Amino acid sequence: MAEYESHSYDVIVIGAGGAGLRAAIEAKGRGLRTALVCKSLLGKAHTVMAEGGVAAAMGNVYPEDNWKVHFRDTMRGGKMLNNWRMAQLHAQEAPERVHELEAWGALFDRTKDGRITQRDFGGHRYARLAHVGDRTGLELIRTLQQKAVSMDIDVFMECKVLRLLTDADGQVSGAVGYWRPTGEFITFSAKSVILATGSIGKSWLYTSNSWESTGDGHAMALWAGADVIEMECVQFHPTGMVWPLSVRGLLVTEGVRGDGGVLRNSEGKRFMFDYIAPMFQAETAKTEEEADRWYDDHANNGRTPDLLPRDEVARAINAEVKAGRGTPHGGVYLDIASRRPAEYIRRRLPSMYHQFMELAGVDITATAMEVGPTLHYMMGGVRVDADTEAATVPGLFACGEVAGGMHGANRLGGNSLSDLIVFGQRAGIGAADFAEGRTGDPGVDDAQVEAVVAEALAPIERDGGENPYDLHHELQETMQSLVGIIRTGSELEEALEVLGQLRERCGKVAVGGGRSYNPGWNLATDLPAMLTVSTAVAQGALHRKESRGGHTREDYPTADPELGKVNFVQRQTDRRGPDAPITITPEPLPEMPPELRELLEDGH
Amino acid sequence: MAETLPEETTGTAEPGAAPAEADGVVASADDAATDDTATPATPEASDTAAAEDEFTEGWISMHVWRGDQQGGEFVEFTVEEQEGEVVLDVIHRIQATEAPDLACRWNCKAGKCGSCSAEINGKPRLMCMTRMDTLPEGPVTVAPMRTFPIMRDLVTDVSFNYEVAKTVPAFQPPPAPPDGYRMQQVDVERGQEFRKCIECFMCQDVCHVIRDHEENKPRYAGPRFFIRFAELEMHPLDTNDRRELVRQQGGLGLCNITKCCTEVCPEHIKITDNAIIPLKERVVDASYDPVGWLGRKILRRTKRSPEEASAGSQ
Repeated sequence: MAEYESHSYDVIVIGAGGAGLRAAIEAKGRGLRTALVCKSLLGKAHTVMAEGGVAAAMGNVYPEDNWKVHFRDTMRGGKMLNNWRMAQLHAQEAPERVHELEAWGALFDRTKDGRITQRDFGGHRYARLAHVGDRTGLELIRTLQQKAVSMDIDVFMECKVLRLLTDADGQVSGAVGYWRPTGEFITFSAKSVILATGSIGKSWLYTSNSWESTGDGHAMALWAGADVIEMECVQFHPTGMVWPLSVRGLLVTEGVRGDGGVLRNSEGKRFMFDYIAPMFQAETAKTEEEADRWYDDHANNGRTPDLLPRDEVARAINAEVKAGRGTPHGGVYLDIASRRPAEYIRRRLPSMYHQFMELAGVDITATAMEVGPTLHYMMGGVRVDADTEAATVPGLFACGEVAGGMHGANRLGGNSLSDLIVFGQRAGIGAADFAEGRTGDPGVDDAQVEAVVAEALAPIERDGGENPYDLHHELQETMQSLVGIIRTGSELEEALEVLGQLRERCGKVAVGGGRSYNPGWNLATDLPAMLTVSTAVAQGALHRKESRGGHTREDYPTADPELGKVNFVQRQTDRRGPDAPITITPEPLPEMPPELRELLEDGH
Repeated sequence: MAETLPEETTGTAEPGAAPAEADGVVASADDAATDDTATPATPEASDTAAAEDEFTEGWISMHVWRGDQQGGEFVEFTVEEQEGEVVLDVIHRIQATEAPDLACRWNCKAGKCGSCSAEINGKPRLMCMTRMDTLPEGPVTVAPMRTFPIMRDLVTDVSFNYEVAKTVPAFQPPPAPPDGYRMQQVDVERGQEFRKCIECFMCQDVCHVIRDHEENKPRYAGPRFFIRFAELEMHPLDTNDRRELVRQQGGLGLCNITKCCTEVCPEHIKITDNAIIPLKERVVDASYDPVGWLGRKILRRTKRSPEEASAGSQ
């Protein structure tokens, strides 16, 4: 047995975006030995990309707003596939978590009377998103980062976790990974492990996600025997830039539409009026005139259909493009330039203006943007207990994007940042409670560590083989074309077959160079997780024979009420690991109490 | 998918550079041998003379620094020019084809995370925010930030910044009133300017106080943390007083306001004018105002009271 750097903690948190930081702060605040382990430098996680704001029913702009309305909006947005208890806790606790950020130094934009101001966003009944211009995610992560640093939490930066470790009883007992700068391996013994690893987007070609979003947490949970749910529910942001190349994949915040921007096809038509689903007709404007009045008078006018929930918008854009009314580069136009003065656009959307000017030479105050659906967010993930964020394997917890249930089949904009802080805190509490109840140091199973190390080193030791970048690119093209925004059974079956071949080839990957900061090797060690997660998504999509939220089947275009009552649960049973099969079974959603069900039924 | 020009992949290293970069070049050669990078470019190369002219015109020479703590040098990569690319796109293409182990940091590729700082043609820039078509004709050099120790290739050890961050005393507000804190937009905007910082550390990189004087690092916080101090100092609710700290341990006096930091800031934060100069004024007030000095000596006060702090915010 080789000697590796080893550490022992009460709680380790894997991932240092908003959720991971918030969880670590909570565990450390309880006085527990807490470590934060992240693949990048601290403060660089994907949370910085969130622009619009953090949804919390504080009622600062519309006093009639409250958690019940937020709960209703969230459940309706999620097409009722949400874990109702998570949606309830989220709506109830978000305001307190936002105020807490302010006490930790966040500087939100203000109302005239000096309170935190809130902006409109798709799917939210009232203006509800606390924000800082269009860089709310940065504010959130920096605030939490500075809080964590002030608490002296141990941070392992640029440290990639490869696998969770389990003890003789099957409980999660730690993790093994390596330092990216040196390539040296490192082990953690931990009484509780919190996964906060974010998204999965890097397996698709067009995504807003950074290189980090390889689904490590989703995959590691499966490999440790935990359940994942709703893996088919992947959100494509309706307005990612499709052109020019330097900005492809960049998201254009819904705030542009909240502030007056509209979608047009190549004929100049505001096509969203043709795509208002029956369940949204009551609250949505019927004419362009009514929609334009709505910006100043919410009480007497229906909302513009440009602000329908994002899956509705994505599907409409896809339909327009398929009908031949798209832009030359396969998107549609998002026009705020012709509708608002340049000064207003620069003031309301400063970083977006700046970003497009500098990156692409595009002036959004003068020309329309070319946008199209882009993979943005993963609703599905580790199945957790709503109150404690405990996974189905003892000792394991999950929060943020890697956890499933909160957002159902579709997430509302603004609900992700609030998800991070609400469930980050709860996961911290859950993990701390569990750690306090677990006696002794769980220790590290050398055999498990050695197996993981051998697997990780194989691509470096192998003499010639597959280029990991080529394999990655093929995976991305497969997922983009066969498991994209619109799916069909035959394509999903084909995808699963291709994924099987790619998994085999993954065992033949070879990389040049050493272990020290070698991106080729890093990618090779990311690929097993990407393949596991891609398989779970394709498999979930094949089994959910209906269209619901972010999941759209061309061969099953409508929602099936019976399937609206189940989660598709995936797990590894007999054998576990990257090469083991994943089973899938429908299981009933948790039963919602009648008093909450009433909230959904009444008109509000 | 664009391909790199095969016949130049391994042969274009600067003369005399062979020993130090041997690893990188060998890796490239192996890679070219094991995949088929050579094939797709061939049809283009065998086209007519006119096409051949266009062909050479459409290629860019990238001089990328490769090496580690033991040393290194610029390695030339010749890549096809593509419309609408930034420097990071080109670095990624080099990784995917010729040099899979070329180390660089990046995350968001949108100018929001501040990971991909490098010195492009000698100037600190974010690779993801530097359009190729804005750079002058001729070879493009990409080097790591010079102020920080090299890890490998374009990646530097920026832990200095994380160490300084630990020395900044935390934000400390008075207890919150029942309906939350009240602040005016105009008052939060001063701090918001500084909180736009994405921690790319290019202001630290370009600051001559530490760029040319390693010995100053232990007693100098640098522009990134001067704006952090300024933000806290100007926060309507903060009750901590960090003026003495920023003067003594932070080395604020070492800054002689050459504004290099302001020039490289990708967020266009007016670091010198809006943070450093006002901070210097406040520090001077605190240190050299005889009445204030006497007051502190007698009362031994280092903090404003919560009442005072919140009164200041009304």
